[in-house]
Amino acid sequence: MISLLPLQTSEPLIRWNYIGDQWDDIQRKLIDHIELTLISVALGLILSTTLAAIALRYHWTSGPITTISAVIYTIPSVALFGILVPYTGLSKTPAVIALTGYTFLVLVTAIISGFRSVPRAVREAADGMGLSARRRVMSVELPLALPYIMTGIRVATVTTVGLVTVASIIGQGGLGDLILDGLRRTYWTPMIVGAVLSVALALVLDLGLWLLGRAITPWARRARVR
Amino acid sequence: MALDAATAPETPLADERPAIVLRAVTKRFPGMDHLAVDALSLEIPRGSIVALIGPSGCGKTTTLRMINRLIEPTSGSIEIEGEDVTRMPATELRRGIGYVIQQVGLFPHRTVSQNIATVPRTLGWEKARIRARIDELVELVGLDPAMLGRYPDELSGGQQQRVGVARALAADPPVLLMDEPFGAVDPIVRGRLQDELISLQRRVHKTIVIVTHDIDEAIKLADRVALLNVGGIVEQYAPPDEILAAPASEFVEQFVGDDRSSKRLTLARVADLPFSQGPVVDAGATLEEARAAMEAHRTDWVGLVDDGAFLGWVDGRELGPGDAPFDRPRERPAAQVHPESTLREAMEIIMTSSTSVAVIDDGGGFGGVVTLEGIRAALAEGVPERVA
Repeated sequence: MISLLPLQTSEPLIRWNYIGDQWDDIQRKLIDHIELTLISVALGLILSTTLAAIALRYHWTSGPITTISAVIYTIPSVALFGILVPYTGLSKTPAVIALTGYTFLVLVTAIISGFRSVPRAVREAADGMGLSARRRVMSVELPLALPYIMTGIRVATVTTVGLVTVASIIGQGGLGDLILDGLRRTYWTPMIVGAVLSVALALVLDLGLWLLGRAITPWARRARVR
Repeated sequence: MALDAATAPETPLADERPAIVLRAVTKRFPGMDHLAVDALSLEIPRGSIVALIGPSGCGKTTTLRMINRLIEPTSGSIEIEGEDVTRMPATELRRGIGYVIQQVGLFPHRTVSQNIATVPRTLGWEKARIRARIDELVELVGLDPAMLGRYPDELSGGQQQRVGVARALAADPPVLLMDEPFGAVDPIVRGRLQDELISLQRRVHKTIVIVTHDIDEAIKLADRVALLNVGGIVEQYAPPDEILAAPASEFVEQFVGDDRSSKRLTLARVADLPFSQGPVVDAGATLEEARAAMEAHRTDWVGLVDDGAFLGWVDGRELGPGDAPFDRPRERPAAQVHPESTLREAMEIIMTSSTSVAVIDDGGGFGGVVTLEGIRAALAEGVPERVA
């Protein structure tokens, strides 16, 4: 451990020329990283919506669904990647499976909380006015659940950006490659570039999603002004 | 207006088919060993306000929600305008029935005008028609048009409830169901909203079923009150005055409270009282006739009437032998009531007059007199003719 500390080597923390020299490589890894994040979160959102719909529809399933999502969430990521590789080979598949699995807990609970937050009276009024169940869900309940769902998506996205760096250990690219490379060679520059870009990516995505959430729930901002 | 003992005020709806008919409607919720509503039958006259009232657990809300099939009856049938409600899809049925609930249930993510437009939009109305209808409704429920672009959370409780009523009336449904509509607002706003509902009903003539736990609200708003006991059993279904005057059971008596007589004073009108000529004689009457009239009514005053017009009161104590009552000084009647005055107003006037009698001024003519004794007797007898 101690030997990894940069202070014990003459290697500087950052060599600026590396960024220019390796720009193509960095850019490719950044794009890989974004791709893996977006695919996993999107897939996670689709599957979580299905799971949450089942949990909301059949109440007895909501306990088991949340528990299983929580168990998946607690498996150490390194171990999960390792377990999956023998079945899937070294491809994007194990990475996507694992990353998607990690989003379940956050997304499923966010969607369930969102729909449960819809006031009973609102649902009753919608039914009482003769809205079909489908229309009630899509045009009344979903919009009202959005603040919760958007928060869930933000948390899931930020978490996934971090986890994608770990997926590098099974060789699926992303900014984690830079970090691993730096560690292996005691060459700090790629490690720092990888880490900084990963954090920046998380912040940018979070900010973007926050702005998107604000834009699609204008009533939530006005409500407090009274 | 003829002041007849059997004054029968207009009941224009009595001979028409009722708008809503419940026949032996029963509801058993799964897992409950008692019935929520037990074979309830009720006819709701078109264009009238009917209040369902009773203690919690009496099934009043369940009954209301069975009318628009938010709850499906276990057995029995419900007809609206002669049509069984189970004949059409529930969503279609509900679009034709206005529905107002205590918590209002406005859509927080929709503006006021979008909320009001919900049913018309579902029905596929054109934009211009919806817009015109919204303008109409805003005026009808007394809403500030500036509110239309706001979100519900930016409105006060009273304003929200007005939007709720406007939204329920948007597609002009013949039937309006209201579940404790004014339960969540403070008493002052509640009173105002009740008054507004009464004047609104005069313009729209809907068939309104309103659930409430407040007997005063039921008395104030309803043309008929259905008092339910636990388990959805109708204890009494009658106009408010009859409920107050002649409670059908001890349960009803307890439910309406000890002050039911004074509650009735605000309901009954002078015209509802049996006609009373009072100690009144013709202008040409002799002293003996005047004395006889005073004796019969045990009073010291005698009124003179000439050709249907009331001339004034004569003090009987000043009538000496040989005096013609017409020649004595007369006092103009200070205490005058109108046939449409409530008994409470009549009582107020009598209390402050010197003759303990109020003269009914029927548009310039003499319509009889009202005495405290007459009011008391009417309340004691119970039922004025129109509710018998």
